[in-house]
Amino acid sequence: MAEKFTRFTAVAAPYDPVNVDTDRIIPARFLKYPRSQGYGQFLFHDVREEPGFILKQPPFDKAKILVANANFGCGSSREGAPYAFHDAGFRSIVAPSFGDIFFNNCLKNGIVPVRLDDQTCLSIRNALKASPGSEITVDLQTQKVATPSGEFDFAIDPFFREMLLEGVDELGLTLSMLPQIEAFEKSYAAATPWLTGATRPGSPRP
Amino acid sequence: MARSLFEKIWDRHVVARRAGQCLLYVDRHLVHDGGFHAMANLAKRGLKVRRPQNTFGTPDHYVPTVSRNPADAPTAEIRKMVETYSINMENNAVPHVEIDDERQGIVHIVGPELGLTLPGLVLVCGDSHTSTHGALGALAFGIGQSENEHVLATQTLWQSPQKTMRISIDGVRPRGVTAKDVILAVIAKIGAAGAVGHVVEYAGPTVRGMSIEERLTICNMSIEAGARAGMVAPDDTTFQYLSGRPFAPADFDAAVKFWKTLPTEVGAVFDREVSLDASALEPMVTWGTSPENALPISGVVPAKPERALDYMGLKAGTRLSDIKIDRVFIGSCTNSRIEDLRAAAAIAKGRKAKVPAMVVPGSGLVKKQAEAEGLDKVFREAGFEWRHAGCSMCVGMNGDLGRPQERIASTSNRNFEGRQGQGARTHLMSPAMAAAAAVHGYLVDVRKIS
Repeated sequence: MAEKFTRFTAVAAPYDPVNVDTDRIIPARFLKYPRSQGYGQFLFHDVREEPGFILKQPPFDKAKILVANANFGCGSSREGAPYAFHDAGFRSIVAPSFGDIFFNNCLKNGIVPVRLDDQTCLSIRNALKASPGSEITVDLQTQKVATPSGEFDFAIDPFFREMLLEGVDELGLTLSMLPQIEAFEKSYAAATPWLTGATRPGSPRP
Repeated sequence: MARSLFEKIWDRHVVARRAGQCLLYVDRHLVHDGGFHAMANLAKRGLKVRRPQNTFGTPDHYVPTVSRNPADAPTAEIRKMVETYSINMENNAVPHVEIDDERQGIVHIVGPELGLTLPGLVLVCGDSHTSTHGALGALAFGIGQSENEHVLATQTLWQSPQKTMRISIDGVRPRGVTAKDVILAVIAKIGAAGAVGHVVEYAGPTVRGMSIEERLTICNMSIEAGARAGMVAPDDTTFQYLSGRPFAPADFDAAVKFWKTLPTEVGAVFDREVSLDASALEPMVTWGTSPENALPISGVVPAKPERALDYMGLKAGTRLSDIKIDRVFIGSCTNSRIEDLRAAAAIAKGRKAKVPAMVVPGSGLVKKQAEAEGLDKVFREAGFEWRHAGCSMCVGMNGDLGRPQERIASTSNRNFEGRQGQGARTHLMSPAMAAAAAVHGYLVDVRKIS
């Protein structure tokens, strides 16, 4: 399932607003559709037609990296948000901070969320506006982002770096650890004898 | 070393460590009708739910609230969501309720109400408002559908250790200031990104004095400040609330003995400390498109951000109490429990709604209790619609939607652009404030009505 990510170069678009929530990234009414339908068409659906929307303006309509602002992807846990970015061809989003659930959801969908400080993100957005169509390279191996305003190091959890670089299937990895999980369950149950499942005998079974 | 509530729960759930991540054991996994991607991916791998007994389902996001018949969903696609849920639950032998069960409701109402949510547990659900359950002293957080699939298959989850924040709230709340007003004030103070990467513990005398339902409202909106989770240490209020709940432990005394070991110890260190004086608060409303755009009802619309002003159709300098509303929604996982409905009914009683208003109880059991107390009658006589349980107009996925430019006084948790319908304008507030808005036609200080 896991998609490999080593290095990605693409045209980048600046997106200035803070606190961009997942309802804006993909309105809730599209979440009922099967993934096979492709979620790229839903990306920023209700704001795409607004005058000046950056991803509609050439050359930013070719962008596959977004350079955003603070608290990007806040709000709901809908994985439809990274589905929409992924299916529209995006493989990286750069921002000063991300909604935690969105951040995790990106990592599970082959999208590398890059955290750089506020000033750096601002300088990159400005550089992209000054020279539209500029490319950015996100290198997960070296943990560096090359941008028109300079090259920057970024931090990423080593666990997810390894997963993405090797294309490791996270669920497959955990399933290989089932004996360890079962052993944990035994000692945990012994330490917490009062805790039983939702279907313990005597409880009203739905 | 002195440990916090969060650290105690985290430490005892670590199954394994790898490259900076912890494999956490999950005690309770709550599922709903929005989780079909996870179920589909699980089936695609040829896997089944590994621990159905640790899983519990209730349909909420897509259910119609006009009746208990999925056929009353406004479109065939929405109806299919409710039906797919039932099939997924049956195929995986997951304990669950169906739409016509009185225990059905919004997953974050149902968990605490049935005693599925307990102190000391790790509880996850594919919904960001899972932070709600922390009110009972659980570590509870929302996850995406890939993570749902992982929990369904393994009962575990890879997680990064979190930073911690303690929000201490002191002071006697003035009349009319509810838990909703307190959490809106917290979010306004620290910002919508104020707690990103942190697990928040709410502490202090004001929180200790709150009922469990009030604490649930507080923890529910932790995510609106960006927090990974919100928690309140379990105490006698918690134990009394849980006693006798259907899924509460049979050996309740043994459980209480353990739960009493959980609270944060004196000297525990938090990455960040914030304090708030509740005695200085007023009833709050939001004016913009982020929950951080919250102000006391005596305030005026500020000049920025412009985009929010445009979307909301407001001019800077307008008094909040001069804002005319078109519609009222009382419901959602934030404010649809019995205490919320009582507070709203107390305002509605003997008055008439000037705009369309709907009340959507959080669960069938809340609805039943409200009807036993005659609240449904109070609402109906005041011209409010009385609906069946579901997420309804908080997110509109079941088709309960606001119209473009419609201005809604809402007890829900998000005023994002398009949240309650394309172009719909949301003002967040407490149930009493929403009821007051309904009978007044404008945003209004509930203290001027009651």
